[in-house]
Amino acid sequence: MTSSTYDPDGGLFSYFRNLLGGREMRILILGLDGAGKTTILYKLQVGEVVTTIPTIGFNVEQVTYKNLKFQVWDLGGQTSIRPYWRCYYSNTDAIIYVVDSADKDRIGISKDELLYMLREEELQGAILVVLANKQDMDGCMSVTEVYQALGLDALKNRTFQIFKTSAKKGEGLEEAMDWLSNALTSRK
Amino acid sequence: MAFKRDKKEEEDGGGNIFLNLEKTSVLQEARTFNETPVNPRKCTIILSKILYLINQGEQLGTTEATETFFAMTKLFQSRDVILRRMVYLGIKELSSLAEDVIIVTSSLTKDMTGKEDLYRAAAIRALCSITDGSMLQAIERYMKQAIVDRNAAVSSAALVSSLHMTRIAGDVVKRWVNEAQEALISDNVMVQYHALGVLYHIRKSDRLAVTKLVTKLTRSPLKSPFAVCLLIRIVCKLLEEEGDVALSESPLFDFVEKCLRHKSETVIYEAAHAVVNLRRTTPRELAPAVSVLQLFCSSPKPALRFAAVRTLNKVAMSHPAAVTACNLDLENLISDSNRSIATLAITTLLKTGAESSVDRLMKQISTFVSEISDEFKVVVVQAIRALCLKFPRKHGVLMNFLSAMLRDEGGLEYKASIADTIISIIEENPDAKETGLAHLCEFIEDCEHTSLAVRILHLLGKEGPRTKQPSRYIRFIYNRVILESAVVRCAAVAAMAQFGASCPDLLPNILVLLARCQMDCDDETRDRATFYYHILSGDQPQFIYHYIVDHLQVSIPSLERALTQYVANPTPEQFDISTVPVSAPEPTNVPEKGHGTVDIANPVAVQPETPAKAAESYAVKLASIPELAPLPGSLFRSSDPVQLTESETEYVVKCIKHCFSDHLILQFNILNTLSDTLLESIGVTLEEPEGYEILKEVACPKLSCGETGSVYVLLKFPEDLSLSVSTFGATLKFVVKDCDPTTGEPDTDEGYHDTYMLEDLDVLLSDQVVRVMKGNWGAAWEQAEGESFFELEDTYVLTSVTSLEQAIQNIVVFLGMQPAERTDRLPQGKSAHTLLLAGMFRGGHDVLVRAKLALAEGVTMQITVRAPSQEIAELITSALG
Repeated sequence: MTSSTYDPDGGLFSYFRNLLGGREMRILILGLDGAGKTTILYKLQVGEVVTTIPTIGFNVEQVTYKNLKFQVWDLGGQTSIRPYWRCYYSNTDAIIYVVDSADKDRIGISKDELLYMLREEELQGAILVVLANKQDMDGCMSVTEVYQALGLDALKNRTFQIFKTSAKKGEGLEEAMDWLSNALTSRK
Repeated sequence: MAFKRDKKEEEDGGGNIFLNLEKTSVLQEARTFNETPVNPRKCTIILSKILYLINQGEQLGTTEATETFFAMTKLFQSRDVILRRMVYLGIKELSSLAEDVIIVTSSLTKDMTGKEDLYRAAAIRALCSITDGSMLQAIERYMKQAIVDRNAAVSSAALVSSLHMTRIAGDVVKRWVNEAQEALISDNVMVQYHALGVLYHIRKSDRLAVTKLVTKLTRSPLKSPFAVCLLIRIVCKLLEEEGDVALSESPLFDFVEKCLRHKSETVIYEAAHAVVNLRRTTPRELAPAVSVLQLFCSSPKPALRFAAVRTLNKVAMSHPAAVTACNLDLENLISDSNRSIATLAITTLLKTGAESSVDRLMKQISTFVSEISDEFKVVVVQAIRALCLKFPRKHGVLMNFLSAMLRDEGGLEYKASIADTIISIIEENPDAKETGLAHLCEFIEDCEHTSLAVRILHLLGKEGPRTKQPSRYIRFIYNRVILESAVVRCAAVAAMAQFGASCPDLLPNILVLLARCQMDCDDETRDRATFYYHILSGDQPQFIYHYIVDHLQVSIPSLERALTQYVANPTPEQFDISTVPVSAPEPTNVPEKGHGTVDIANPVAVQPETPAKAAESYAVKLASIPELAPLPGSLFRSSDPVQLTESETEYVVKCIKHCFSDHLILQFNILNTLSDTLLESIGVTLEEPEGYEILKEVACPKLSCGETGSVYVLLKFPEDLSLSVSTFGATLKFVVKDCDPTTGEPDTDEGYHDTYMLEDLDVLLSDQVVRVMKGNWGAAWEQAEGESFFELEDTYVLTSVTSLEQAIQNIVVFLGMQPAERTDRLPQGKSAHTLLLAGMFRGGHDVLVRAKLALAEGVTMQITVRAPSQEIAELITSALG
């Protein structure tokens, strides 16, 4: 944590920050199980690749990226846990949707879950970032293939962008976060 | 107490801010949890309110609880330590009410393994409360790590949570034995204690493993006094199971005795308490324990004095002589400023003291009896009860004291214990009867407890008519009809009817009173009055006997079932009460108190089923077996299980004999103890004796290891009654298949036939007779003569017995009948006695037996049987031959 200036109970600093529109942004990381959501969360938070186990429930962490503060919710992707995603939709500023580019069998399911989620009333204003993850794997789909498989070309009325990433190698995440930070600040 | 709290509130000036909370508004407030950023202080207060409501017994619906739970999960984004710990508490409280609580699994797992020590232990406890058997595997690795964690709080939390988890996933927790073993060598007193608890719990069904554990630990001393206390309890449990070896020879007992010299007071007390409570303790073992307790009596710590005197009080019941040594210390405690200690001291002295000191001690108690709580008043009452049995001559003083206590304020339990004591004194001591009844009469004049009033009225109805001057009780009883609630009025009417039935000279007056009761505004009272009036004013004396003097003998649960069935299946026939099984009276010989078994994990002893309930559950069980349907009438009596094998053989077989009016069902319960065999098509071959006829057999299809199954054989009793008491040869037959002990799957499809000899099975007279309690045996005996019963008389010499007590015991067991009029108790120093028995033979035949016994060389017995048929009378006389 580098939040020496952060004061949760208000105070002068946050007063200025709020004045500048620097409210803490709320971000959800979603996607099927095994897509790499938890790895991405901790790569963003501590800058390292940690060993993870399947998330039963959620992880919530504060992430600071280039002086912007995010509150990031990483929700488990197992079939049994997906129904609970909607409990955490309200007040969401952005969604990071993670796809396992090497999992061709389940890309259809991933598409269905994405479209189902985007229909939710509470998420209408949320910015979408799609991460075609695991680009380091042999024989994985390219970013274009993922774009098409998810049917993103048909997506209307939504600020969104797709990035190719490898959370393990730390590639692509920076571009994605830069784009997201810009999109969030320029939205105000 | 309430007063004190009020006063404190005044001082605080605030009072309880949670006092007037309303559930809906609090749950409304809980929506604040969804807001970002989280306001920790506000959310902490709201969570406190929710916890307060739940702990006040407020019921949350599943939807409400689930919504609140999910809102609460949002609070994990806050880093406020206090709020997070409140969230843990919230999770624990809501885990059983809300759905899908596993949603916080990852978050809690992270907290329990994280760096923040304030989170870790509490997170473990919360995590285990939301985890079920299937999820446990997912967190197993973390639990194992936590058990051996260097932080004592974490380790303890993990151990205690494991203990809770054994209930839902014993198999998984069993795998944590190595970690628990490691925690056992911890330096922390709590960790060591909890580790021992877990280790014992994992092994407790395996006696050998427990013995090993105990042997190891008794040699290498444990550091934690709490762990030593637990070890003492485990050792005592083993000692109780050991059998009849003298305690002094047992190495385990050595350990307990050594603990009497431990440096911790807690351990010393635990050891003394254990010695005192062991069933086989003799004065020799008792002496050192009592001297430790004696030392504690003069301790400056009130808790120690209390514990010591309370234990001595118990010892005084079983070994009064051993406590006499402490009399001087106990005398000093009478003036203790703590009234609970003083009460226990006096009552202990009452139990051990001489007759001469009774008056003095009673006077001392009466100075402060009004200052002690009901619970301790009950202790005083129990002491008085014991005194009355010990010094019958003192009943005057004691009875006066009791009646004074009856007039004082007090709750139902306290009053009931006094009434119980007076009733038992009346029963034990004929001299005390009239005074006792008079005190009770006075008590019901002003008694606020309906159940007690009803009991006393029933007693008056039973005992009053047989006193010297029955008429004096009528006034007290009739007053109840005028003054009391409907339930009491009913009981009063029934009691009056008893007087009418048994005292002919009072009958005209009773009829007048009953006629007045027919005007009562309560239906039940009026019905009873009308019923009794007509029976008593009619000219059919046998009706008076059957409907008033002799009470209903059927078992109430069976009657309820029979009536429900009758109402559910409409039939033109009338309900036949003779098809309802008769219930045997409850056994009166309740085991001595103060010698409870030592149960470590579960201190609440399981109440044994009453005979009536057991019989009822057998009836339901038999009726549910399709192969046996329809049952041959209603179940008359079920015997206790009889062992047909030694207890530690390959197959353990017990037999229960279910007797019907003309049929017998033998239920063989078979337990397969061999881990590598599977039994199939299990049956029992009977060599039926002359006269018996086997009608049906129900085999048991399959038994794997550790399973118990039943085989049923339906037989018809012989026409000739004298053949019904007989012996059956029995053999178990089955197909054996070898199987894999771990999976229980058979190795091959082909098995081989085998048989297994069982011990012979006896069908006795007592299997065919139910005990019946006759309130007035004499009246029943007369009545039997009037109804032309057969009478048979015979004289025997019982050579095998040497005392009258033994003879009485044997006769009661052989005949399986109920002693009436307390004739099973032998007045001291008599050489002749008359035993009166009543029972019912299968088929609903009343049987009465009078046995006149005289002590000569052996015991001479003249037995007179009155039964409705000659055959039954002959069968009964011959049973003793």
